[in-house]
Amino acid sequence: MLTIDKAQKTFQRGTPGERIALDRLSLNLKRGEFLTIIGSNGAGKSTLFNAITGAFLLDGGSIVLAGTDITWMPPHKRAFTIGYLFQDPMKGTAPGMSVEENLALAYSRRKAWPLRIGVSKKDSALFRERLARLDMGLEDRVKTKVGLLSGGQRQALALLMSTVGEPHLLLLDEHTAALDPAAAERIMRVTCGVIENQRLTAMMITHNIQQALHFGSRTIMLEEGRIIVDIAGEERKKMTVPRLLELYSRRSRKELDNDRILLEGSGVPPSEFEV
Amino acid sequence: MTLFIGSLHLGLIYGLMALGISITFRILKTPDLTTDGSFTLGTAISASLAILGMPGYGILFAILCGGLAGAVTGLLQTKLNIHPILSGILTMSGLYSVNLYILGARSNVSLLGSEHLFSQAAALFPHINRNFVRLWVAFLLCAACFSVLTWFFRTHLGLCIRATGDNDDMVRASSIDVDRMRIIAVALSNACVGFSGAVAAQYQGFADIGGGVGMMVVGLASVIIGEMFFGHRSVTLGFLSAVCGSVVYRLIIALALKSDFFPAYALKLVSALIVVTALSLPAVRDRLRVFGLKREALRRKTLNQEALGEGELRADDR
Ligand SMILES: Nc1ncnc2c1ncn2[C@@H]1O[C@H](COP(=O)(O)OP(=O)(O)OP(=O)(O)O)[C@@H](O)[C@H]1O
Ligand SMILES: [Mg+2]
Repeated sequence: MLTIDKAQKTFQRGTPGERIALDRLSLNLKRGEFLTIIGSNGAGKSTLFNAITGAFLLDGGSIVLAGTDITWMPPHKRAFTIGYLFQDPMKGTAPGMSVEENLALAYSRRKAWPLRIGVSKKDSALFRERLARLDMGLEDRVKTKVGLLSGGQRQALALLMSTVGEPHLLLLDEHTAALDPAAAERIMRVTCGVIENQRLTAMMITHNIQQALHFGSRTIMLEEGRIIVDIAGEERKKMTVPRLLELYSRRSRKELDNDRILLEGSGVPPSEFEV
Repeated sequence: MTLFIGSLHLGLIYGLMALGISITFRILKTPDLTTDGSFTLGTAISASLAILGMPGYGILFAILCGGLAGAVTGLLQTKLNIHPILSGILTMSGLYSVNLYILGARSNVSLLGSEHLFSQAAALFPHINRNFVRLWVAFLLCAACFSVLTWFFRTHLGLCIRATGDNDDMVRASSIDVDRMRIIAVALSNACVGFSGAVAAQYQGFADIGGGVGMMVVGLASVIIGEMFFGHRSVTLGFLSAVCGSVVYRLIIALALKSDFFPAYALKLVSALIVVTALSLPAVRDRLRVFGLKREALRRKTLNQEALGEGELRADDR
């Protein structure tokens, strides 16, 4: 479904603040896979998402989504097939517009004629039905301005908005981090429900290692813009938080240093050394 | 009575402009300074074509060219990444030359003796009072513009534009082309402004190169005054507010001028003051609230101290 090949991104190149955010990162995601991503602050997790959504262009490498090379595609074109949920509930919805207007924005994006009426009766019924599935009482508030909803409700709405167009890929960037524990749990449940029902291919960034191992079907750990752990299946089932942390400390800085030594020693092109 | 009808005429005609201003100011939430230029552009095109005997086309072309001017500003804002305020000023400045060119390098032209929209309408209904016919013409034009805009902002494209003004972040992450939305909105706004200028020129019977100076502020004042009545809870109410605000603004001005409250040349200063007052209200209210809280706290403190002092006194007594 998604193939990232040697993605490379350096911020502020040529300045003292130069920072390699993605370091020849390669990743292959199968259809229906639910990948969870962990890594310390500044590891490049959000940068990876931004590269996929097209917030900036890569310095090198390529991204192929569902058979289409999107490396050079402008962000709004990619958004047709990528759903993106921000950490901040305020960012994913338009506060001054009603619940159904927000959904209409997300939903009717692929139909052609731009001057059709924004929220048709048929759409409205569909939205109510979808909102009812969230079980948050939003179906009775379709005319309410989104700015008046709670953070959890807004995030639930944003989730619905990013999945209603049946995207090829759903990106979740710590989408429960800004919510209180109860709301976070509820949103997480709703998220899993939606991913399962629509058989979405999804990537979720989280800071909670327990959560990363519990949800989804595969887990990767990023460090310094590269993947240092990639586990799935049986190996992942047997993985525990302490063991993962141990793996992290063993592979993070040391691995990098080893690479350097090897590189400097042998003159082999760096691409040979993907983790 | 004539004062009232006159204000109503002007209020409705300039209401077209207020509609345009509320698109940029309230929906896009980026004030647009192209207005002063595109208003004059409207008057110039409308007057020039009316003199050539085509008042209807004059208004049509004024709308189109107003939209074009807006699109230029929109392009500067988005594709060339120039600050929105500066973009507006640049277009406005450039339009000054364009307008002079259209007016044939004269600073004003008169429609005296030429056919125009209002004279044609009056000729169509010779038995009805002339002022009344004019009122109807102005009203119909304004109602048409209002209806089209209300409809437009309920279409999908309209929703996209509203979302662009409401939450840029969200729209950037969605499949909506933000730049295109901005360009369309600014163009639409200035099409309304050009429309307003075009009708105003034919109503007043002349076009003047300085006719658009300060129009942006007048429009803002109208929008803000209108919101005192209806608010801008929904887009439709916002548009209604803009038109009503424009009428009330003209009435206030007419009354003030009639009662010699201030001379005619003070008009623009008064408009600016109205806008400053209205925009500063929230800040002033906050200041007053903080001030009130402070005083309250101080009062309580002195009260407590007094109570304490009395307590000590009593203790001394014992
Ligand atoms: N637009 C940018 N300009 C400059 N540097 C950037 C930019 N975006 C990210 N970076 C840098 O790239 C690195 C990776 O950032 P990124 O946001 O991907 O981290 P993250 O893994 O999402 O961290 P967190 O867990 O804190 O969200 C950081 O060092 C950051 O400072
Ligand atoms: Mg991040």
